[in-house]
Amino acid sequence: MSTDTDVGPAGREVRQTHRVVIRFAGDSGDGMQLTGDRFTSEAAAFGNDLATLPNFPAEIRAPAGTLPGVSSFQLHFADYDILTPGDRPDVLVAMNPAALKANIADLPHGGMLIVNTDEFTKRNLAKVGYESNPLEDDSLEPYTTHKVAMATLTRGALEPTGMSKKDAERAKNMFALGLLSWMYHRGTDATEQFLREKFAKKPDLAEANILAFRAGWNYGETTESFAVTFEVAPARLAEGTYRQITGNLALAYGVVAAGLQAKLPVFLGTYPITPASDVLHELSKHKGMGVTTFQAEDEIAGIGAALGASFGGALGVTSTSGPGVALKSETIGLAVALELPLLILDVQRGGPSTGLPTKTEQADLLQAMYGRNGEAPVPIIAPQSPADCFDAALDAVRMALTYRTPVFLLSDGSIANGSEPWRVPDVDSLPDLSTAFATEANAPDGSGEFWPYLRDPDTLARPWAIPGTAGLEHRIGGLEKADGRGTISYDPDNHDRMVRLRQAKIDGIPVPDLTVHDPDGDAEVLVIGWGSSYGPIGAACRRVRAAGLSVAQAHLRHLNPMPRNLGDVLRSYRRVVVPEMNLGQLSMLLRAKFLVDAHSYTKVAGLPFQAEELAGVLTDAVKGDLPA
Amino acid sequence: MTGPHTSLATDLPTPGVGGLDLVPTTDDTQKAKDYTSDQEVRWCPGCGDYAVLASVRGFLPELGLKRENIVFVSGIGCSSRFPYYLDTYGMHSIHGRAPTIATGLAVTRPDLSVWVVTGDGDALSIGGNHLIHALRRNMNITILLFNNRIYGLTKGQYSPTSEVGKVTKSTPMGSVDAPFNPVSLALGAEATFVGRALDSDRKGLTEVLRQAAAHRGASLVEIFQDCPIFNDGSFDVLRKGDDVAERLIKLVDGEPILFGNDGEYGVVRSAAGGLEVAKVADVGEDAVVVHRAGEEDPTQSFALSRLSDQDLTHTVTGIFRKVDRPTYDDGARAQVEAATEQAEQRGDNLEALLRGKDTWAVMPEPENEQ
Repeated sequence: MSTDTDVGPAGREVRQTHRVVIRFAGDSGDGMQLTGDRFTSEAAAFGNDLATLPNFPAEIRAPAGTLPGVSSFQLHFADYDILTPGDRPDVLVAMNPAALKANIADLPHGGMLIVNTDEFTKRNLAKVGYESNPLEDDSLEPYTTHKVAMATLTRGALEPTGMSKKDAERAKNMFALGLLSWMYHRGTDATEQFLREKFAKKPDLAEANILAFRAGWNYGETTESFAVTFEVAPARLAEGTYRQITGNLALAYGVVAAGLQAKLPVFLGTYPITPASDVLHELSKHKGMGVTTFQAEDEIAGIGAALGASFGGALGVTSTSGPGVALKSETIGLAVALELPLLILDVQRGGPSTGLPTKTEQADLLQAMYGRNGEAPVPIIAPQSPADCFDAALDAVRMALTYRTPVFLLSDGSIANGSEPWRVPDVDSLPDLSTAFATEANAPDGSGEFWPYLRDPDTLARPWAIPGTAGLEHRIGGLEKADGRGTISYDPDNHDRMVRLRQAKIDGIPVPDLTVHDPDGDAEVLVIGWGSSYGPIGAACRRVRAAGLSVAQAHLRHLNPMPRNLGDVLRSYRRVVVPEMNLGQLSMLLRAKFLVDAHSYTKVAGLPFQAEELAGVLTDAVKGDLPA
Repeated sequence: MTGPHTSLATDLPTPGVGGLDLVPTTDDTQKAKDYTSDQEVRWCPGCGDYAVLASVRGFLPELGLKRENIVFVSGIGCSSRFPYYLDTYGMHSIHGRAPTIATGLAVTRPDLSVWVVTGDGDALSIGGNHLIHALRRNMNITILLFNNRIYGLTKGQYSPTSEVGKVTKSTPMGSVDAPFNPVSLALGAEATFVGRALDSDRKGLTEVLRQAAAHRGASLVEIFQDCPIFNDGSFDVLRKGDDVAERLIKLVDGEPILFGNDGEYGVVRSAAGGLEVAKVADVGEDAVVVHRAGEEDPTQSFALSRLSDQDLTHTVTGIFRKVDRPTYDDGARAQVEAATEQAEQRGDNLEALLRGKDTWAVMPEPENEQ
């Protein structure tokens, strides 16, 4: 924390700081995600730039107090534009011994630790293998530690409500929120209002949580133990109206907007899967805006129904994660053969197989690119941050409708659940995505027939003739079709031509040229990534440049087709570094397509890259220290 | 259809009178030829599919629907080539998945008459999951399940309806699989309409198709059908010979279930609680059960589906069950309509949605500051 010091009205020191990383950590049942979300909302409302990293186990309630049950939420907020949720916390809030043990190694020496002492019982300490109580030995000496009996204090505050002790203690997360809110000079009204709305049907609970929240706030204000409070000024972001948004929410909004901009009903056919289910939850709320959601019997039925809806003239959408993509592959191939619009939202998670459902990874790239039988090209678009999901969804839908093709949108767990400020777009500025259905016979021989595979010469897209259109009755299917007429064809030359036409259609989709950010203008090393690594790579570049070195950064949004200038860009640098949260999938594509000696740097830990580690890699690359 | 969002819950519409009520009709006279596409039919000579195709082409004109509002969706298998031979909209999809495609169509397009053509392997093996869910949801679709009890297109492996002990290419020592009974399965999956017909019985098949099309909700029609190449004559005992009348039981709604020459036999309740066959002369006419396809309780229909094993000793055809229940697609559309109405009343729009509840404004920076 870089800081300026001031003295507050109560004689207490107020430090001005540019950025803070706070991590709330507790048991799965402690409400850490809610606490983090709410603190994020406070930071957002105050005008800070922010980025968040929720991190939770796949089990809904792992055994209480154990290491596998630890759930955490990290928030980075600042008075300038930041790119990542932060490598390491400045402040760690630990609600129990497990949370302390799982997270303390990430807290730099000198960092602030706030511990809920009530949970440090012999039994709980033993559960996680603490031989002595860290609150009583010297192991926490390197940190500024605040020991707060949060459960006891919460219980005390809630005594007038007559709640049972056990129920009262459950509000201790709001006590923690209150204390942190006080420490960072946040107002209380918005959170109290939030709690009243959240527990509107249970006013007793709302009141209890508000009491706990106020107790936390007052504890900071009245006890002497906190000598310093902090202020982080609003960030100087581009002018506009902002809100906080997660990637899954932005995806859902993008789909709603795309349907309206295309003037098509949206049909989401899907099956619940972590971490994509929130897209279904959100879209199911927007039936009033032209969205139908269908929770199918399985992944295959989800995409099948979406494709059926597309055949009928709706905007078919399916949402899933890697394991679901595997199940949907055959239907995606059918969509390629049928040449119908379809949006496939893949919120990637750790794999293979069930893998790490709640952790992030970007290892579905090659599955999206090649994971089908036969030559079955599908465009791929990858958003680079939570807010970017909105634009990426519109872009993907535009492509699907214009080129009558399934399109992959590759998000991931960190984008899906992470949040950041989003400059709300002016609705009038959104692109017009309207597309025309075929209405008339088109046979070039003047026979008055309809040829479903007669292509537009520019886009190579085929006409979209929907049932109910008289005179255009036609049959399509997965069997190879005669070029133009679309009837079944086993002709060898025709098949060769159709395979190449389908490929040419996707290859020919125009995508924006790749832009390179090289503020010094003399970089010899290019770092190129895709998807959610944008933030850590960008933050790493800032560090490298701050150290006086030059590095160029480019980020791929369009992975298929790739930007036309990509080969030239890659070849114009002495060294190309490709960091990925997989074992080098993009770097393999770049090497294969462009014959460049791309250096792959990979980490597959279920967590985003840290800016610090990437800065090290880039520094080595610039200094020529990378292994060959 | 209840859930946590009770404020959004809408009353389900009562089922329409018919399955085709929302499909536009035409006054033009249609003929079987109008439903014949220009594609050469490529089934094996003698295949039962020809007879079914002829029946369907002959029957569709009587619906009086606009041809462009009819869609046939199929999966994979010999019978799944069916859509290519009908001049309607059609999709030959992938193995087992036709009910899913039809589901998306039915939900989004109430103006379409949606048909699924599938086989015993397609519907009951690879696509079994989709079949049972389409039935329980009561999607407004009509499913024609061509059952020849063999895999034809892959050249003669046993299917999930093949008899135990069947010797095929993949079971040289005989199949040890217990087969599905498609009618029992459909009834167990909460189907609201279940019928069965023999491919060669044009009159009986057409009658079942007529009622299936008119039914609002999922209709399953099992069609016994011969594969002359890999399972030749498997239903011959129902077609020819002296004892056809003693094997084939044709259900007539509201009538006692009698069969055999001059109604010699009847279906009566068994001591075990099911149904069995008896000579009417032995038990008296009053003991013969009356068929009631509209009975809410499917117990009797289920018992009828199990009168005899796959040896076809007593094979029941006709309509086993036909009851009204809200359809998924009507319900889903009703929710969308109700939500749209509420949204219009509230003046919801995209801008308000995107802004949400908590926004903050960033003002332009004063020029004299950095």
